Amino acid sequence: MAAACLRLVWLAPLLLGLVDGGRAEPPRDALREELVITPLPSGDVAATFQFRTRWDSDLQREEVSHYRLFPKALGQLISKYSLRELHLSFTQGFWRTRYWGPPFLQAPSGAELWVWFQDTVTDVDKSWKELSNVLSGIFCASLNFIDSTNTVTPTASFKPLGLANGTDHYFLRYAVLPREVVCTENLTPWKKLLPCSSKAGLSVLLKADRLFHTSYHSQAVHIRPVCRNARCTSISWELRQTLSVVYDAFVTGQGKKDWSLFRMFSRTLTEPCPLASESRVYVDVTSYNQDNETLEVHPTPTTTYQDVTLGTQKTYAVYDLLDTAVINNSRNLNLQFKWKSPPENGYVHYQPAQDRLQPHLLEMLIQLPANSATKVSIQFERALLKWTEYTPDPNHGFYVSPSVLSALVPSMVAAKPVDWEESPLFKSLYPVSDSSSYFVRLYTEPLLVNLPTPDFSMPYNVICLTCTVVAVCYGSFYNLLTRTFHIEEPSTGGLAKWLANLIRRARGVPPL
Amino acid sequence: MVAACLPRERLRPLAGWLLLLSVGSVAAGRIEDQTEQFFRSGHTNNWAVLVCTSRFWFNYRHVANTLSVYRSVKRLGIPDSHIVLMLADDMACNPRNPKPATVFSHKNMELNVYGDDVEVDYRSYEVTVENFLRVLTGRIPSSTPRSKRLLSDDRSNILIYMTGHGGNGFLKFQDSEEITNIELADAFEQMWQKRRYNELLFIIDTCQGASMYERFYSPNIMALASSQVGEDSLSHQPDPAIGVHLMDRYTFYVLEFLEEINPASQTNMNDLFQVCPRSLCVSTPGHRTDLFQRDPKNVLITDFFGSVRKVEITTDTISLQPDLEITESRVTCYC
Repeated sequence: MAAACLRLVWLAPLLLGLVDGGRAEPPRDALREELVITPLPSGDVAATFQFRTRWDSDLQREEVSHYRLFPKALGQLISKYSLRELHLSFTQGFWRTRYWGPPFLQAPSGAELWVWFQDTVTDVDKSWKELSNVLSGIFCASLNFIDSTNTVTPTASFKPLGLANGTDHYFLRYAVLPREVVCTENLTPWKKLLPCSSKAGLSVLLKADRLFHTSYHSQAVHIRPVCRNARCTSISWELRQTLSVVYDAFVTGQGKKDWSLFRMFSRTLTEPCPLASESRVYVDVTSYNQDNETLEVHPTPTTTYQDVTLGTQKTYAVYDLLDTAVINNSRNLNLQFKWKSPPENGYVHYQPAQDRLQPHLLEMLIQLPANSATKVSIQFERALLKWTEYTPDPNHGFYVSPSVLSALVPSMVAAKPVDWEESPLFKSLYPVSDSSSYFVRLYTEPLLVNLPTPDFSMPYNVICLTCTVVAVCYGSFYNLLTRTFHIEEPSTGGLAKWLANLIRRARGVPPL
Repeated sequence: MVAACLPRERLRPLAGWLLLLSVGSVAAGRIEDQTEQFFRSGHTNNWAVLVCTSRFWFNYRHVANTLSVYRSVKRLGIPDSHIVLMLADDMACNPRNPKPATVFSHKNMELNVYGDDVEVDYRSYEVTVENFLRVLTGRIPSSTPRSKRLLSDDRSNILIYMTGHGGNGFLKFQDSEEITNIELADAFEQMWQKRRYNELLFIIDTCQGASMYERFYSPNIMALASSQVGEDSLSHQPDPAIGVHLMDRYTFYVLEFLEEINPASQTNMNDLFQVCPRSLCVSTPGHRTDLFQRDPKNVLITDFFGSVRKVEITTDTISLQPDLEITESRVTCYC
């Protein structure tokens, strides 16, 4: 009976809901996720994630109580503080444009927050302060340190990136906290804002222990209003969450330049996010490597996309996760790409030296192009020797053995095959297998290296000087401290003196 | 004020006995034990305030200490919204950390206490004596987000864990300021006056830690420290790959003890007092229970470290009002 009562009571609001349901349908929202993998010229690889939620709702005028894909925390911020645009980023590291090329979206090291408020806001500074406090709670960062001492109002740059009616820069605020650290505690709430969190789709790749082992890590949240359709009759809100990382070839890659999703993220893609309308991976296959290497991507992409990006023509291999052929019966997608070097690269063997054990050995097999000069240089370090290891004439220097060049030189004229016993001795020095080329071994001059030579007379000089000084000083002080003076009575003389005075008187000399 | 609590304490067991009669159970003896245990502790929610006060890379162990307690407390059920975690420096993403985004407590990198789902409420320069006292007493600026507040009430059991460098009567914050034991005792008294806790467990792992609880004078406080006055708390073991000491001894053995606890365990506080004897810790851990009303052997570990909810089963029907008002929700910002 009690249960029946309950049911009746609940049905009433449900019925009411059904009646009203026809009037206002919930606003539609859509999610698109994308990952762009860009192998960089220096052997590193950059990965940029973008998660874009578009919400067809005008937050300023309607009162919203139902949030589906758009996160409630950010939606409430927009309506409470009357935001027009919000851009917040956390970055660790610096994007090295010289080695990596231009970035899609660069952010300054630390935390950066810039916000455009609606022109209905009366006290912008107060809203700005409250907003930074609220964001510090959401993202677990010290954004509450943003105050008037580090906030500016740019007058010419940072124009709105979304729709804008008028741009009175009075409603813009910008602040940067360069000391801010970004770590897992900032990534965790960022991930929680995603509709599929880190359970499905591209966000399963977001594992903190791999994402922070990078040369550059930047995560950002961008909110702006966009046109809902081509005629721009109504506004939609767009939320973009971006994350860029650059994996270092030497630190993370251990010097090898072949990459895969598993090596970068320690995960592979298994399924697209069920809430996403689009879920794609783009791999930049434009080969611009200066070593003339080509990029090989596995599995082979079904489609490619060509466009002009950042000023240059680029080709991308496209993997659509929503396409069932991409994630085939193996149920996971592990993209692998490696740089294929041209086969005639040559052979290099290098054995470094060990102090007082073995010397350096460098052997290279190279193709010398015709009519050119090839220069091979090697850097070495000079070490200090122990003083017993010097020769008696150290100023002469130390010798480095000459280098050897062994070559098979093509011959202008075909040579006859050699008969060892019949032909002259100068023809049978080297065995010749091929009549079109001859073997030659050339040597360079030995190298005489001047090493810093210590002054070998110094120990002797130092010992002499020190001993002298010590002796003089110590001796003097010792005497001064220990010498005692006592008065001595002059002696009267005795027999010897009387005899001496007698002789002196006889000679006429004054007595003693 | 203390006397006013007592009649309520006496009424609750009475209500418990009435429940027993109405249910009419056969195994009366077992139910009696369960009911008595049911009303042993008067708390309904749990909070934890975990503070690491040291800065710089060589104080890695203090951050690892705090994160180990954070991990145990989360594992036993206290949610992030009820934990205020204050870390004075960032070790996980420190440029000197050879394994970024990790903080290890055992050498050979066995246990990563930083994990993948961590929320630090006060970090870096925000960990100051002023902010700590404001969190405890609730005198916080109105713009502070919810995740940075200690929203406890008079039925909350609060665990306060502090670690860092300290001396006789003070604890150092970030090498630039100190909190004295008198300030701490006064803060707890303010909390008691404002009814911000039901019971409080204070654990401190620092040199001469026992001096920090000497001056407490508010009721319902139990305190543990890693060393007595005049003794130093020592660190446990270094890791050669990371290059620093990973944990302090006292917290290391407390962590090992807590790893055995699950939300249903009946281990009590007397076992916690025995953790880390002098042979393992080199210093003598101390504890103080004179301000605490219940006997420590009746206090479960999960009363403070876990969030074990009491469930009351009732057979009465509850009728809901037909006109439900939708109240305007405040901006609930969670971290």
